[in-house]
Amino acid sequence: MPDHEADGHSLIAKYLRQDRLPHIWCPACGIGPALNCFLRAIDKSGLDPDKISVVSGIGCSGRVAGYVKLDSFHTTHGRAIPFATGLKLANPELKVVVFSGDGDLAAIGGNHLIHAARRNIDMTVICINNFNYGMTGGQVGPTAPYDVRTSTTPYGNFEPPFNLPLLLYASGATYIARWTVLHLHQLEGTITEALLKPGFSFVEVISPCPAVYGRMNKEPEGLDSLKSYEKRSIIKNGADPKEVDITQNGPIIVGKFIDVDRPTLHGSLGVVAERARKPTKK
Amino acid sequence: MKLWRTPFDHNHSAEPLAYVFIDRERCKGCGFCAEYCPRDVLKMGSELSSKGYQLAVVKDGSKCLACGFCELICPEFAVKLTINNKAHSEIKP
Repeated sequence: MPDHEADGHSLIAKYLRQDRLPHIWCPACGIGPALNCFLRAIDKSGLDPDKISVVSGIGCSGRVAGYVKLDSFHTTHGRAIPFATGLKLANPELKVVVFSGDGDLAAIGGNHLIHAARRNIDMTVICINNFNYGMTGGQVGPTAPYDVRTSTTPYGNFEPPFNLPLLLYASGATYIARWTVLHLHQLEGTITEALLKPGFSFVEVISPCPAVYGRMNKEPEGLDSLKSYEKRSIIKNGADPKEVDITQNGPIIVGKFIDVDRPTLHGSLGVVAERARKPTKK
Repeated sequence: MKLWRTPFDHNHSAEPLAYVFIDRERCKGCGFCAEYCPRDVLKMGSELSSKGYQLAVVKDGSKCLACGFCELICPEFAVKLTINNKAHSEIKP
């Protein structure tokens, strides 16, 4: 028999700081499977790990930057994308990945998210969407569906939520996909494609949050959330982003929604820089 | 399984020798692996870990066909699958 305990899980040992495990995430958190898919996607894409940097914001998913064995930075709240933009502008060779949550990206960093998509900066954004602010005790988030209960809306959420794929589509992102943490093989393939796609790519991962969101919404165990995803998800690749909004108990439309080509920021910057360098005729 | 004669296609069509290992220190008993194992190899045991979580255990390792879903879905990076003494992720399709 092989020595299973001694030889490390080769891929995990390659990309994850194993000395930091066990991680701080609650039992049945969806960030672990999403991170696992991301690590496998790096391996599958064939990119040089030394040329990948991971930036994350504040929140549970912000811890990812500390766990990966890549160049990474844990930024202030909502400012993961500005930091990543600067990183990419300063060193265009880098593949910049932003790994953060819905509260960090869509609420506090919402402005940065739409402007990064508008500029079409070559970066990959992985958004863990658990519909609330999990780390601080389950306050209502910008993606919380109408009528769900959270610790700040105990009688039901009265605000309409963001439909992230539609928001990103309207802003000009070139690659938009959504999966739940049950669609792991698809998620792995999508993140691989997103990493290799030039331009702004956005992958939304619907994730259970049993400790705070689930407990308030009749899904106290992570398995309850997964079973609910199993029942509710409909795979519809190429779906219109207008039709993919999430309601409390309605269907969750998953798949790769948008994959288009647009000139990236570096491409158009190069054209203008070339024009500026040309001597003007008098 | 004992073979009287080695079939000529044995090398590429035999079931892989898979071995599932669950790290008892990392498992937090979420039950994802046991619920979504397509071959019912894993189940939730009655034993508790040192931190008080209910541990997942291997029920019948011989049924495993090494799909690798348990390894992928484990939020704790606690499941490790080896096939023919190689890590699952090392094997390219």
